[in-house]
Amino acid sequence: MRAGIVVFPGINRERDMAIALARSTGRQPRMIWHAETDLAGLDLVVLPGGFSHGDYLRCGAMAARSPVMAAVRAHAERGGYVLGVCNGFQILTEAGLLPGALLRNASLRFLAMDCHLRVERSDTAFTCRYQRGQVFRAPMAHGDGNYFADPETLDRLEGEGLVAFRYATPSGEPTAEANRNGSARSIAGVLSPDLRTLGVMPHPEDMVDPLLGGEDGKPLFDALAELAA
Amino acid sequence: MSGRPATESLARDFGLTAEEYGRVLAIMGRAPSLTELGIFSVMWSEHCSYKSSKIWLRELPTTAPWVIHGPGENAGVVAIGDGLAAIFKMESHNHPSFIEPYQGAATGVGGILRDVFTMGARPIASLNALRFGSPDHPGTRRIVDGVVRGIGGYGNCVGVPTVGGEVNFHPAYNGNPLVNAMTVGIAPADRIFLSAAAGVGNPVVYVGSKTGRDGIHGATMASAEFGQDAEEKRPTVQVGDPFTEKLLIEACLELMATDAIVAIQDMGAAGLTSSSVEMAGRGGVGIALDLDAVPQRESGLSAYEMMLSESQERMLMVLRPDREAAARAIFEKWELDFAVIGRLTGTGRIVVTHRGRVEADIPLAPLAEQAPLYHRPTAPTPSRAALGAVADPVGIAAALLALIGCPDLCSRAWVWNQYDATLGGQTVKRPGAADAAVLRLEGLRRALAFTTDCTPRYCAADPEAGGAQAVAEAWRNLTATGARPLAITDNMNFGNPEKPEIMGQFAGAIRGMAAACRALDFPVVSGNVSLYNETEGRGILPSPVIGGLGVLEDAAQAVGLALVPGLELVVVGATQGWLGQSLWLREIAGREDGPPPPVDLAAERRVGDWVRTRILAGEIRACHDVSDGGLLIAVAEMALAGAVGVRLAASPPVGTAAHAFWFGEDQGRYVLAVADATGLLAAAAADGIAVLRIGSSGGDGLTLPDGVTISVAALRAAHERFFPSWMDG
Repeated sequence: MRAGIVVFPGINRERDMAIALARSTGRQPRMIWHAETDLAGLDLVVLPGGFSHGDYLRCGAMAARSPVMAAVRAHAERGGYVLGVCNGFQILTEAGLLPGALLRNASLRFLAMDCHLRVERSDTAFTCRYQRGQVFRAPMAHGDGNYFADPETLDRLEGEGLVAFRYATPSGEPTAEANRNGSARSIAGVLSPDLRTLGVMPHPEDMVDPLLGGEDGKPLFDALAELAA
Repeated sequence: MSGRPATESLARDFGLTAEEYGRVLAIMGRAPSLTELGIFSVMWSEHCSYKSSKIWLRELPTTAPWVIHGPGENAGVVAIGDGLAAIFKMESHNHPSFIEPYQGAATGVGGILRDVFTMGARPIASLNALRFGSPDHPGTRRIVDGVVRGIGGYGNCVGVPTVGGEVNFHPAYNGNPLVNAMTVGIAPADRIFLSAAAGVGNPVVYVGSKTGRDGIHGATMASAEFGQDAEEKRPTVQVGDPFTEKLLIEACLELMATDAIVAIQDMGAAGLTSSSVEMAGRGGVGIALDLDAVPQRESGLSAYEMMLSESQERMLMVLRPDREAAARAIFEKWELDFAVIGRLTGTGRIVVTHRGRVEADIPLAPLAEQAPLYHRPTAPTPSRAALGAVADPVGIAAALLALIGCPDLCSRAWVWNQYDATLGGQTVKRPGAADAAVLRLEGLRRALAFTTDCTPRYCAADPEAGGAQAVAEAWRNLTATGARPLAITDNMNFGNPEKPEIMGQFAGAIRGMAAACRALDFPVVSGNVSLYNETEGRGILPSPVIGGLGVLEDAAQAVGLALVPGLELVVVGATQGWLGQSLWLREIAGREDGPPPPVDLAAERRVGDWVRTRILAGEIRACHDVSDGGLLIAVAEMALAGAVGVRLAASPPVGTAAHAFWFGEDQGRYVLAVADATGLLAAAAADGIAVLRIGSSGGDGLTLPDGVTISVAALRAAHERFFPSWMDG
């Protein structure tokens, strides 16, 4: 499996992502500067976390118009896999590759803490190493993770099974208290209709090492390691 | 020389005394221009010249076999093994954070990051030591909110995890909060970049953000007390741009991987003035600057404004001339300004030209060598009368619940939940998980531990004992994770040095710190002095904040403070029940009295080395030092961290009251949790270490020796109530 990580100016979790991918795949991902446009040979393109362009307009809005994004779009249209985490998820929504938007957290404060995610389906290339209904832990670190979409879009996502993860209690209840950023229907992760693009707010890449708090996020990368080359 | 010459009255407005202005006239041989006077006044400000503190700072030990660069460079550098160096420093942004909390704190983080990456290090962690006024004071909430948001807003965006620090409250900080920011970076030990310029004719290059009118005379503002006009000083506060700083880090590190850089320094306090004067001065060369080439954010900037602007995210470099084009390409890739603004000269002078006119022409050697240096009068701090017996008005259980929830001991989760601590994927011990933050070094087994410490109420009662205690507690917190303490950075926050009692506090704190640094082999490698922390004549508590750094050969050996069921708890170090200046005395008895607990440095060293040996032998499951609140608070914090109960079975020695035993703040103690205490007790007996078995972990309540049980849930509710209800309630 060949993975690439797009580096926009202001991105800061690209190294975390590279460590997690290398740990599961056994090879270093390619780092792709945002001005590049050639993604040939990649199975997976990752848009990592951070503050692209400082998040100075809207989170992800400027990065979504970077030269590389046309290539990411073409990669997705070819059936390539795309993973966007945190700022990467925001960029995917700003680029129209995933529906909805990530608004300011309901508390109006940055949230940096572990949260629990319930896996809503386990038959995707991203989630096949988890069980449906399984709960795993991952750090969140965002000021704008409050998932929003209009009711029709939310109903469509639910109806088509495109909600990948929800914020939940450790026992799997999607309570209001577990949904700290106030996301609509506790949505933490969204899939594209072909199930090949995933956006997720928390950071499974920072939970892949027992010494650093656990390996809850590792099944996601183990699953990606099995993507056909 | 252009413009009208300066006058003594203008010099006074710039913070220079009549005697200091006389020196300026003697050096120049004529009245200085406005720009020249600006340069003298900021270079001779307390903030840049350390004129009141320098003679005392010389008493601190600064060397050890592992110290690569001590004080004098942008940050301290120590060897940490595997061919690597840790580069670290702490710096205050107290005055700006009072005037404009968000930007004051944010630019404090940005400034200390630049001090570290300017030496070639990738910053890996930041910490913040914060001291605020009383929670009841009307201004405190706004300042806490702004400072915490500012630290998070800058640190989270710039991509450096914020992994630790302190938050405390005291009415003495009502008009003058302390914001002390520390950053640690890593570089190859043989690739450290210094600031001494060299090579006559070499280009002087400006990179980063454009220059604007923000922060003009910030260094002078930081060298004066506040009166009622603090609000009017807002224009002296700089505005931070963490996105540009992130680009600047990446661009500088990319350039540093080449051989292009001769010297580099960030433009911090006093901006272009201090960076150019210090780089040329340290290198013994001259420097000619053409201000027309400086990237400018707004039109019509004068030479005076450009030389004194403290616009953020800017660096000054001297490059090899044949590498200029390659360097420019790197900064263009990162979309940062890159401008050759001058050359090194052989004149030994700084010559500043703007619009074809010479605006300043100053000899560098006298500017540095004839800077004022004061041996200000000191008055000793009166020693506090011994406390005598203090009755327990409430009992142990009630005191525990009150203390664990008081502002100085309650959970800081509300604060650190706004700081990204996991960014970078190397954080082994996050805030609250251990006595010090522990980060593994990427790709290695090796880890570093960091802490910040100071107990200002001890320092106020006895500056020397308090200074020693601050150093000892930092050493103890590192030791409690298993780390070998290496070195410290200090941030000396005090009031007006022109008052003998304040200078006496400063001198006393230095004496105590120096003694502790020597006894613990824990030298000072960098630091910062912040004086004039007063508003309307009222000074803060003397606050010599210590930032400590330690190393672990193997990150897997680090221990935290969380208990699991089935462990035995042992306190190491002697417990006599010292209540003077304790939190119990303040919170429960309503008194801030007595002398602080003495620090026996020889015992500190012996006990700490013994504890660390046991941890590294893999015998210890959890470890926590005993500090604010005493033994029972330490045990309660371990129970809370592990969400497990404890049954206590110890009784005080004869002659010690129960409340003094459980809440006394005797120094040099640790609580260790082990699977079986028998071996540990035998080893302690053999090694002559004082130990006492105090209980065991299990269940879901904390049971006191008299059988009273407080559920962990009730403890947690008390512990976690304050910040959310105070800030968001």
